[in-house]
Amino acid sequence: MMALCDRLERLSNAFGPSGRERDVRALLRAGIAELADRIEVDALGNLIAYKTGADPEPRLRVMLSAHMDEVGFMITEIQKSGLLKFQPVGGLDPRMLPAKRLVIGDARIPGVIGAPPPHLQSAKQASQPPRGSGGQPVELDDLAIDIGAESDKEAEAKVKVGDYGVFATQFTVLSRDSSWPTVRGKAFDDRVGCAMLVALLAERYPVDLVVVFTVQEEVGLRGARVAAYRVEPDAAISLEGTICDDLPRPPDVDLTPVTRLGAGPALTLMDRRLVSHPGLLKLLRDTAEAEGIAIQYKAPGLGGADSGAIHLTRAGVPATVVAVPCRYIHSPASILNLNDMENSVRLMAAALRRIGREHLERAG
Amino acid sequence: MKGSHVLELTRRLTEAFGVSGYEDEIRSVIRAEIAGLVDEVRVDTLGNLVALRRGAGAAGQPGKRVMLAAHMDQIGLMVTHIDEKGYLRFAPVGGVFGLACWGSQVRFADGTVGTVGLDGGISARDKLPTLNSMYIDVGATERAGVTVQVGDVAAFWHAFAGQGSAWFAPSMDDRIGCVVLVQLLRELAGREIAHDVYAVFTTQEEIGTRGATTSAYAIDPYVAIALDVTLTGDGPHTKPALEVYLGRGVALKIMDKGMISHIGLNQLLIAAAEAEGIPYQREVLQVGSTDARAMQMARSGIPTTALSVPSRHVHTPSQIVDRRDVAAAIALLVAFLDRPITV
Repeated sequence: MMALCDRLERLSNAFGPSGRERDVRALLRAGIAELADRIEVDALGNLIAYKTGADPEPRLRVMLSAHMDEVGFMITEIQKSGLLKFQPVGGLDPRMLPAKRLVIGDARIPGVIGAPPPHLQSAKQASQPPRGSGGQPVELDDLAIDIGAESDKEAEAKVKVGDYGVFATQFTVLSRDSSWPTVRGKAFDDRVGCAMLVALLAERYPVDLVVVFTVQEEVGLRGARVAAYRVEPDAAISLEGTICDDLPRPPDVDLTPVTRLGAGPALTLMDRRLVSHPGLLKLLRDTAEAEGIAIQYKAPGLGGADSGAIHLTRAGVPATVVAVPCRYIHSPASILNLNDMENSVRLMAAALRRIGREHLERAG
Repeated sequence: MKGSHVLELTRRLTEAFGVSGYEDEIRSVIRAEIAGLVDEVRVDTLGNLVALRRGAGAAGQPGKRVMLAAHMDQIGLMVTHIDEKGYLRFAPVGGVFGLACWGSQVRFADGTVGTVGLDGGISARDKLPTLNSMYIDVGATERAGVTVQVGDVAAFWHAFAGQGSAWFAPSMDDRIGCVVLVQLLRELAGREIAHDVYAVFTTQEEIGTRGATTSAYAIDPYVAIALDVTLTGDGPHTKPALEVYLGRGVALKIMDKGMISHIGLNQLLIAAAEAEGIPYQREVLQVGSTDARAMQMARSGIPTTALSVPSRHVHTPSQIVDRRDVAAAIALLVAFLDRPITV
């Protein structure tokens, strides 16, 4: 558990928006150097680790993936005032952005997204949720990053157009209670997947394992598409951090949350990009039952993961997703339960020991 | 005699269950229909039913690989939540219109039926409903009485009906394309053909032409034709921005939102239609697309078009096609396959 938590801490704190994953890749590469038989980096920047199986040939080739990239910002304009205009990289809710701290570029220049102080709001506005917290619409055009520069000249000495920014959030352990161990940090989507893949590489399985740390998932599953073309797997499972909205609801609202914190690995039936392969779903269900691991199903029809691209590669790949619930995903501070993470690793390791050709077939 | 065979085939295929990603039942029904008509049949990773009717070649040359794709899946509803009273909330699978849902009967794979209900009082009935404001009512009076589970899928359900030349079913998109393809295989039976015909009954078309994407890669055809429905421009108050009419023949796709058809392939189809006197219409569709979109982009690109059966009320619980258009589609495919194919 502590090894997983430490790995997640380092990965969560790393700088890695879509298209600028190299720090995360370097961290992971060092972490898996002793665990993989062979490591390569492809043209898009995917980090691919091969671990030969223990069974005699022919062996299944199973691809596990997690994406290295996180949502972030790209600087598009340095204004006369020294403020920086930006474009989101990946899915960000503009209402969430005011008053959030960022770091920008290789020099990690600190900044904040500007927000009007409460003093300047009318009494009526003040009685509503503050601007940017969901009460009133916020347009991206209204927002700018302030790095404390006096002028464009001073700002240009620190930041260039095209530099990336990410949320400036340091990983924190919130609860060490072993029945409910929680942590807070940025980029759990999908550094939690990356941390789990490193843990899974420690073992040698009967099947050939290809672990892919992908790039550019948040901007369209781009790395996974080319990685799967290269790897040509017999089956693929993406490990993700996923939506968790299990907070208390008004008493008259009777709806299932997308996932629940602490309720175990979340299996995908259908999301916006994938209908999970029935054989792989059966494998995961049967494995969970045999291992005594509680699982949950992510509410259907929401989100998408690398498996959405992988399963359409070449003549098709059986694919599914296993995810750790993360509250406040795509925000500066997500919260997850380490037990969900540890149980996801246990489930995946046991599934890799169990998977066979019978899990890859379809009914006539 | 033949006409009633096609009608009975249409009844069987339209009444089978098969929502995108959950095509097991319709696949097994079609598999039984084409047994003995093809040389090879397999089910691939995405669940596509891929059948090959081998051709003899012509003039010492092997036949061309012709991929014909009709999708087995229909749009549907996936259960996302079951509340304490036993009502089911759902997510759409494919392009489900709120307007078309209220009061519709739906059916699950195990035969359980339900009615789509609408939140709110009487005033809600006058507003355009969203899917979030609707639920499936399986007639339960408490949650304990519900056998359906989260993740189960339902499809609009009504028995097939034939009325004159008009045929009604909630699953015409695209079971009628499957009918065309099965009937084509029947008509090719015992007949010498030059080309290798890959009859592919695809999956997951309604959620992104996914089955066609992988099956086209695997087959690597010389040309490809999607068999699907298209909208019509012949409603009572519709300006005929779409020059496609029920009963006036098979529609030959020129363009839709997802693809521009291969000109040379379309010319071959037009030549065959004109030579045989088969009624056809030129289709320029400004919404939607078909498996042709995915097949065209497979590998390094495939010459592709689509033949459409005009259908009124597509993606509603009561879609109408005309058997004369179905017959024209089958006749045109036979005529096309009888001729040399070079594009």
